[in-house]
Amino acid sequence: MVDLKIQLGGLQMKNPVGAASGTFGFGSEFEDFFDPGRLGAIFVKGITLKNREGNDYPRMAETASGMLNAVGLQNKGVDYFIETIFPAIKHYDTEIIPNVNGSTVDDYIEVTEKLNEVKGIHAIELNISCPNVKEGGMAFGVSCPSAVAVTEAVRKAWDKTLIVKLSPNVTDITEIARGVEGAGADAVSLVNTFLGMAIDARTRRPKLSTVTGGLSGPAIKPIALRMVWQVYHAVKIPVSGMGGIMNAEDAIEFMLAGATTVQIGTANFIDPQVSVKVIDGIKAYCREHGFDRVSDLVGAMEG
Amino acid sequence: MKRVQDFKLKSYRRLNRENYILTLQGDYLEKDMHPGNFAEIQVPGLPEVFLRRPISILDFDPAKKTISFYIKAIGKGTRQLGRLAEGDTVNIVYPLGNSFSVPRKGKVLIVGGGSGIAPFVLLGRALQQQGVETTFLIGGRTRNDIFLTEEFSRYGTVLVTTEDGSRGEKGLVTGHSLFAGSMNFDRIYTCGPDPMMKAVARLAGQRGIDCEASLENLMACGIGACLCCVTPSPGGNRVVCTEGPVFNTKVLGW
Repeated sequence: MVDLKIQLGGLQMKNPVGAASGTFGFGSEFEDFFDPGRLGAIFVKGITLKNREGNDYPRMAETASGMLNAVGLQNKGVDYFIETIFPAIKHYDTEIIPNVNGSTVDDYIEVTEKLNEVKGIHAIELNISCPNVKEGGMAFGVSCPSAVAVTEAVRKAWDKTLIVKLSPNVTDITEIARGVEGAGADAVSLVNTFLGMAIDARTRRPKLSTVTGGLSGPAIKPIALRMVWQVYHAVKIPVSGMGGIMNAEDAIEFMLAGATTVQIGTANFIDPQVSVKVIDGIKAYCREHGFDRVSDLVGAMEG
Repeated sequence: MKRVQDFKLKSYRRLNRENYILTLQGDYLEKDMHPGNFAEIQVPGLPEVFLRRPISILDFDPAKKTISFYIKAIGKGTRQLGRLAEGDTVNIVYPLGNSFSVPRKGKVLIVGGGSGIAPFVLLGRALQQQGVETTFLIGGRTRNDIFLTEEFSRYGTVLVTTEDGSRGEKGLVTGHSLFAGSMNFDRIYTCGPDPMMKAVARLAGQRGIDCEASLENLMACGIGACLCCVTPSPGGNRVVCTEGPVFNTKVLGW
């Protein structure tokens, strides 16, 4: 019997596999394919204080082994989430983790304060790394002082597990990770998407309405893996690792590099059942390689 | 219920160099499929084709457990889907999206152009079963761009326009003499390039006829999770893969 339970900061998860924010809706979209309650956590679609329509179409472009998106945090706002969406998904036997966004520090605080009152939400993911919004988002996550400032402010408004989602679009991700650790984060999740762009040579126009967007998928996996490994060695708080995980072997690599938990993102678009395959695959790997607890995989890269 | 399922490639029917019908056969076939539904087809064997391709369901046969797609090979993905071998495994997520509304009686017009004719075989059959009188108006650049008219003729009257006049009336579908007549249709259905659908919706609106259009936006997930495929509307962005692909054109503000 392999013990799949794992601790991310103060959050107890029944297994280390989560669905990454923005790639899994609110979970119900996947109900026909599997019980979302099998996941360790669902990081639900990014939430802002007020309704957001997101960016204009086209907001997606396929790239080699990946895709660019510029959705721009389309969502109906935190009140709608609390009143309408959460009641419909809270019965899933998993952790529902809202992904909190804002244009200003006050926005982040207000969204967090509202979520702090909701019974059944044990963790939030503070998103300071969305590359697709004009104000806020990644701007907070690419400078250490602003990352620290927003983390400190949200820390005061949030009593439970605080996960800060980091941007890879920085010179030294360990500096930001150490900064938010000092500001009170219980865990960090990384990486969000890499800023990229694509042009249609025939029309000579950008493929995205916003020109630039966030790159995800297996194309980014080696860079994401390197960043997870660096951050694992730079901070004491746990790391939730993601970036191009397509199967169990990819997820195991992230755990060996130091990720305590993993998140499946873009792969959900290719195979809506991928998450359960990853859970089963990790279990089989542990059994085969003599690990009684999945937590023993964390940082277990040799040499 | 939506499923992700492996099928075997049963056959190709080549319509010409660029257009083909792909038929897949499974151990199981979901039967709850409706005109306008689509599938997300995984394209095997090319790293640069990362995402599934959303393709309208052309037809299906519950007895043989087959499902078929009309595909225009215009990009890397649709070309690769035309190069597989019989017996190859093809994974699809299906059935996705909403469907055209099928009235119980009356008289309707279906306007299709380019690859936007695929959903009209299932629609034509469903309309015929209800006893609805259907006219198909199919447009293309030349007679070599007009497909499936034999299938459509089983379900109603077929009219054709070509831009070069090589088949049917010369010009665009919206220039067909039909539109100069009494136009006593209860509903118009359209699928094809956006400018064509918008022009059809305008003509329908001017005559007070209900119009349903099926959109072909770029998609990633196909199940409402990524919100990449949105289309603007007076009521805000609509998610084409789940709120559509079929929309009443009034909802889109067309």
